[in-house]
Amino acid sequence: MSVRASILAVLTLGECHGYQLRQEIESRTGGSWQINIGQIYSTLERLERDGLLESVGSNGQGQTRYRVTPSGSVEAEEWLTTAIPSSPEARNELAMKLALAVTIPGCDVEKLVHAQRVQTMRNLQALTATKRDVDQNDPAELPWLLVADLNIFNCEAELRWLEHIEGTLARTAARGLNPNQTLSEPAKRGRPTKAN
Amino acid sequence: MSKVLLELIDVQKTYGTGENEVHALRGASLQVKAGELVAIMGASGSGKSTLLTIAGGLEVPTTGDVRIIDNSLPTLKPAQLATLRRQTIGYVFQDFNLIPSLTVIENVALPLELDGVKVRKARKAALDALESMDIGELADRFPDEISGGQRQRVAIARSFVGPRQVLLADEPTGALDSKTSEAVIRALRKRIDAGIAGVLVTHDAKLAAWADRILVIRDGQIVEEISNTITPEQFGA
Ligand SMILES: Nc1ncnc2c1ncn2[C@@H]1O[C@H](COP(=O)(O)OP(=O)(O)OP(=O)(O)O)[C@@H](O)[C@H]1O
Ligand SMILES: [Mg+2]
Repeated sequence: MSVRASILAVLTLGECHGYQLRQEIESRTGGSWQINIGQIYSTLERLERDGLLESVGSNGQGQTRYRVTPSGSVEAEEWLTTAIPSSPEARNELAMKLALAVTIPGCDVEKLVHAQRVQTMRNLQALTATKRDVDQNDPAELPWLLVADLNIFNCEAELRWLEHIEGTLARTAARGLNPNQTLSEPAKRGRPTKAN
Repeated sequence: MSKVLLELIDVQKTYGTGENEVHALRGASLQVKAGELVAIMGASGSGKSTLLTIAGGLEVPTTGDVRIIDNSLPTLKPAQLATLRRQTIGYVFQDFNLIPSLTVIENVALPLELDGVKVRKARKAALDALESMDIGELADRFPDEISGGQRQRVAIARSFVGPRQVLLADEPTGALDSKTSEAVIRALRKRIDAGIAGVLVTHDAKLAAWADRILVIRDGQIVEEISNTITPEQFGA
């Protein structure tokens, strides 16, 4: 799951400190994704090293605040707008990505869902094509077939889910509801900056 | 290069007039070659069955042309159209369309018998088709004496008999469990690979994935085409 890209995505909305990022990501994914604070800090360090964000000094409680750099924005934007491969692990990332995306103003979630549907359909086609060529009467193929079928059913489930949320998004928009969230007030807790 | 067996050219279909006007199709075009299976997907009411009934000569387009092999359907006389439908087009209806007063095998053999094929020969072909659907033992029952999924397979068997060159199937596995659906799509794919042109309407993505192309229809228009061209990507272990 991309902690890295999620942090960058939230930072496109404004400066945050580490603990605040953890809270933002948690609340924007319906509480379903709780990232270990240690992982947030280590990811922030790596992102800073890679030039995707920069620290902008600390606040009263000694918490370092971060700001996304132009190249960090580009990476966030790219993550938010591209489909992912259909592996079981990636599927969780997709759910988190979509949950975050609906909260971020200006993010074209419908386009993302559509891109994902096409991508998943292509995967399903490719899996089906390999299955078509398999000799069903060859017992040596059975283990492979079982796994292929799991992947096929997972693709189908994902497609049905995407179709369903496409409907949900359209209904939400038709009712004039806006799921975008601005950054909340940071809570007065969290790990202080490390003394370098 | 395979021959185009079925072609829809800018087909529009409007039902009703004035207040009740429904634009079921708004300019749909489509070509299907011998050996090619095209799947049509789209929401309920998007125009899938309308497209298929027009392709099968069961409905007349409001404007546009439908060509099957070298015939333009809207210009055929009713008798010519009936013959073409019986001999060339296999059609699986969304609601099966079996004749209740005929047994299963009589239903399947009917198109052949109407064409003057000897009863014995027609029954033999019908039984082969039923066996390919794994329901040979139901041959002498009546449609109301078999299950919904079995009726569906009879309807598919009927579309398989005779020298059909175009196969049109509207939700042919809607009443089937997934194992039976797969057997049906494999059988269908085999027929297509032998040089038939097929169009398959379905809500089931697993089934649509057996087609060479998937067309997505929305509000009477084909809005997207997803071709089966890529190699399988590596799936997570
Ligand atoms: N005979 C008819 N008279 C009037 N309207 C019709 C007629 N047949 C279909 N329609 C309308 O045309 C539109 C397309 O219908 P169609 O049956 O092609 O949809 P479909 O995509 O096959 O839907 P489903 O997935 O539910 O089978 C619908 O709005 C339907 O109500
Ligand atoms: Mg229909």
